[in-house]
Amino acid sequence: MPKIKLPTKSPHVDMTPMVDLFSVVLTFLMLTTTMRQPEPAPIDTPFSISDKTAPGANIMTVLLSKDSRVFFNVDNGPDTAFHFKGKILKEMGTRYSITFTPEEVKMFEAYPSSFGLPIQSMKSFLDTKDAKIRESLQVKGIPIDSTDNQLAIWILFARQVNPAVQACIKGDNDAPYPLVKKVLDILQDKNVNRFNLITNLKATEVTLSEE
Amino acid sequence: MGEIIQEEKHKGGKKKAKHHSTHIDMTPMVDLMCLLITFFMLTTAFSKSKVMEIVLPERIKKNEKVEPPKIAESRTINIILGPANKVYWYPGRVKDAKNPPPLQETDFSDQGIRKLLLDRNRLLFKKVAQFREQMIKENPTMSRDSLNANIRRFNRADDSEPIVLIKAYKEARYANIVDIIDEMAICNIVRYALVDINYVEEDMVKTATGGSTPSNTPQK
Repeated sequence: MPKIKLPTKSPHVDMTPMVDLFSVVLTFLMLTTTMRQPEPAPIDTPFSISDKTAPGANIMTVLLSKDSRVFFNVDNGPDTAFHFKGKILKEMGTRYSITFTPEEVKMFEAYPSSFGLPIQSMKSFLDTKDAKIRESLQVKGIPIDSTDNQLAIWILFARQVNPAVQACIKGDNDAPYPLVKKVLDILQDKNVNRFNLITNLKATEVTLSEE
Repeated sequence: MGEIIQEEKHKGGKKKAKHHSTHIDMTPMVDLMCLLITFFMLTTAFSKSKVMEIVLPERIKKNEKVEPPKIAESRTINIILGPANKVYWYPGRVKDAKNPPPLQETDFSDQGIRKLLLDRNRLLFKKVAQFREQMIKENPTMSRDSLNANIRRFNRADDSEPIVLIKAYKEARYANIVDIIDEMAICNIVRYALVDINYVEEDMVKTATGGSTPSNTPQK
């Protein structure tokens, strides 16, 4: 009698469908994700129970850092066909009699993060690509003194160019109150009464204690 | 992990050209993709920030003849955000600038300001909580929007619960303001306002902190 020999099966699994699936998921995630942009100053936002997500487009953000610097950012979202940022910069240029070249305007439109510098040094900021020089230009933040209130002008033009813009305030935990008050006053002077304070989510459950 | 090629045994020992299988080992590729997918999923899920919406009352312009709204003294609680995360409060208003009411000191913990606000806001808070529970039991299909709309109606009809005036001393931090507004949301307080601090209250804070804080040193 011949021995019955079972054929030894290879333990190999065909992974091609798995790879296919993974590629699809990976491509989807890569296309939908928006990378977080590095901020010019570290900002730790406070916690709140609000679970409303930040609007994705049509926002202007005022950033308040720990060392009392003020930054500004206009984000017209995924739809950049309107060139809001460029228009705002041009308006600022005519106001302060600075002419920006088309390259500089394009550079400003593409600049993904917030900026904090007087408009007078904006030209050299846009001409350089060196991160160190950019950093050194932003040591003071946007001027908000009553004599030279450039933040107010930025807000004015941002709202003129895009009336649907919403105001967001992103403050550091340790930003001093007088600075916050000043920024709120500037916004209210420009008739902005509705703000979004950017916070981190922290859930809390509250119940009444029984008497 | 290599591909195991099974060699078949042929009778007669005839030599045959070995044929390699066309399989490529895909395990490392799968490993890499797993890593990338995990990375992208984590970065997309956590990069969305949350916002807390506040609406400030419109400014009364100087040449407009509009009286500022009057509020009942018995319902008023003044909360003053002091230096070093301290919270002070007093009820009513300052009647005599020379002899101001004593400030009570408390903090941002569960037993501090939250307990005080919840005690004052007990009726409304209970009403809303009961309504929410009842709706979950009786009408679970109700949408979140209409539930919130109903709760808002309760809130508007309320006329006995506290009115909180939030005032910040100059050494307060941004986090304090967010915390206190958040506390309003937690305790379901409908009527609150951010108000400028006046000099009497600044002096009250100074005496409460022991008078040792010089008036214009910025807070660390």
